[in-house]
Amino acid sequence: MFITEAMAAGAEAAGENGGGGAFPPFDSSTFASQLFWLAITFGFFLWFMSKVIVPRIGNILETRQDRIAQDLDKARELRDEADASIAAYEQELAEAKSKANEIGQKARDKANAEASAEREKVEADLSEKLAAAEARIAEIREKAMSEVGGIAEETASEIYTQLIGGTVTKADLAKAVAASGK
Amino acid sequence: MANDPIQQFQINKIIPLENVAGLDLSFTNSSLFMVGTVAVASAFLYFATASRGLIPSRGQSIAESAYEFVASMLRDAAGTEGMRFFPFVFSLFMFVLVANLLGMFPYFFTVTSHIIVTFALAMLVIGTVVVYGVAKHGFKFLGLFVPEGVPGILMPLVIMIEVISFLSRPISLSVRLFANMLAGHITLKVFAGFIVSMSSLGALGIGGSLLPLLMVVALTGLEFLVAFLQAYVFAVLTCMYLNDALHPSH
Repeated sequence: MFITEAMAAGAEAAGENGGGGAFPPFDSSTFASQLFWLAITFGFFLWFMSKVIVPRIGNILETRQDRIAQDLDKARELRDEADASIAAYEQELAEAKSKANEIGQKARDKANAEASAEREKVEADLSEKLAAAEARIAEIREKAMSEVGGIAEETASEIYTQLIGGTVTKADLAKAVAASGK
Repeated sequence: MANDPIQQFQINKIIPLENVAGLDLSFTNSSLFMVGTVAVASAFLYFATASRGLIPSRGQSIAESAYEFVASMLRDAAGTEGMRFFPFVFSLFMFVLVANLLGMFPYFFTVTSHIIVTFALAMLVIGTVVVYGVAKHGFKFLGLFVPEGVPGILMPLVIMIEVISFLSRPISLSVRLFANMLAGHITLKVFAGFIVSMSSLGALGIGGSLLPLLMVVALTGLEFLVAFLQAYVFAVLTCMYLNDALHPSH
């Protein structure tokens, strides 16, 4: 309401060719002065902005952008480096692992070979001993058997002597023993 | 009358220069605030960016934000070629913004509340558009008024509409800013006047004057928003009009 009233008043006053009571924004008597000072002040401002402020801020932002790009590049470089050393490390690790496997395999093979050689040797030794023992046993048994024959003859002759009296020839005894042994 | 809401727009001569080549070029309160606007904006931008810090200080950060705000506005509207107008758009934005904000101080004069100032700025924009458009595109600049894909019968009508809309641009651009600042300041003054006149009515009036007081507080906040928004709108429209000068074909 106030605005429209004021506008109406201003328009009326302006219609009466300006004057003290005019609505100020429509008072054309001040236009020349406002335009003049606007041209001076805005002209200076425009000049100052385009010559000093805009290049300066543009420069600041550009410098920062460059710096950020530079830092990013450096970070990328460092990351690549880190990646490369990780790869190298992994390769070395893999090599070491395969080497370790190889060494382990070799050691195992060698141990196996040694063990089997030892076993063969022991087995051969054992079988040799076994054969010797068997031979000895056979010998002893044979000897024992022959002694058994002798003992039987002696015992028989003794028994004969004790029971019957008289003597028996050794040849007869041996024949009898041999016959009973069958 | 102290309560007259129009009084704040009164122009008073400080240094009378009433007849310079037949023109009244007096240094007035309006001129003083134009100088003040330019001084405040220039000084702020100059000293805030003086250290050229890689890591900006608070002030430098504000200056950079304003720069990038206007730069992205212009780039979005008119493309990278539009950046040649950057100092112009930046100056317009900063001038209008600082003038609007200075006007928010009590007893300060609002430069942009005078139609002649906003109209001069709008004509500067349109003048730039026309001069640059004709200089760059010559006769093709008239393609601005001929949209593509319009049937032949409608063409005269459409061209007429385009011409009228082009001619009304400086008016709408200037009246929008002027009317917003004028109306805002009048409203503030009127509600502030209510506080005074109501509190002179005794105890009940003093209690009642709380309502217009709250209103004035809220309106002051709104006016700060309007002060920024109108500067932004002025700059955005400037960018769009400059885009027409750069790319006249639709």
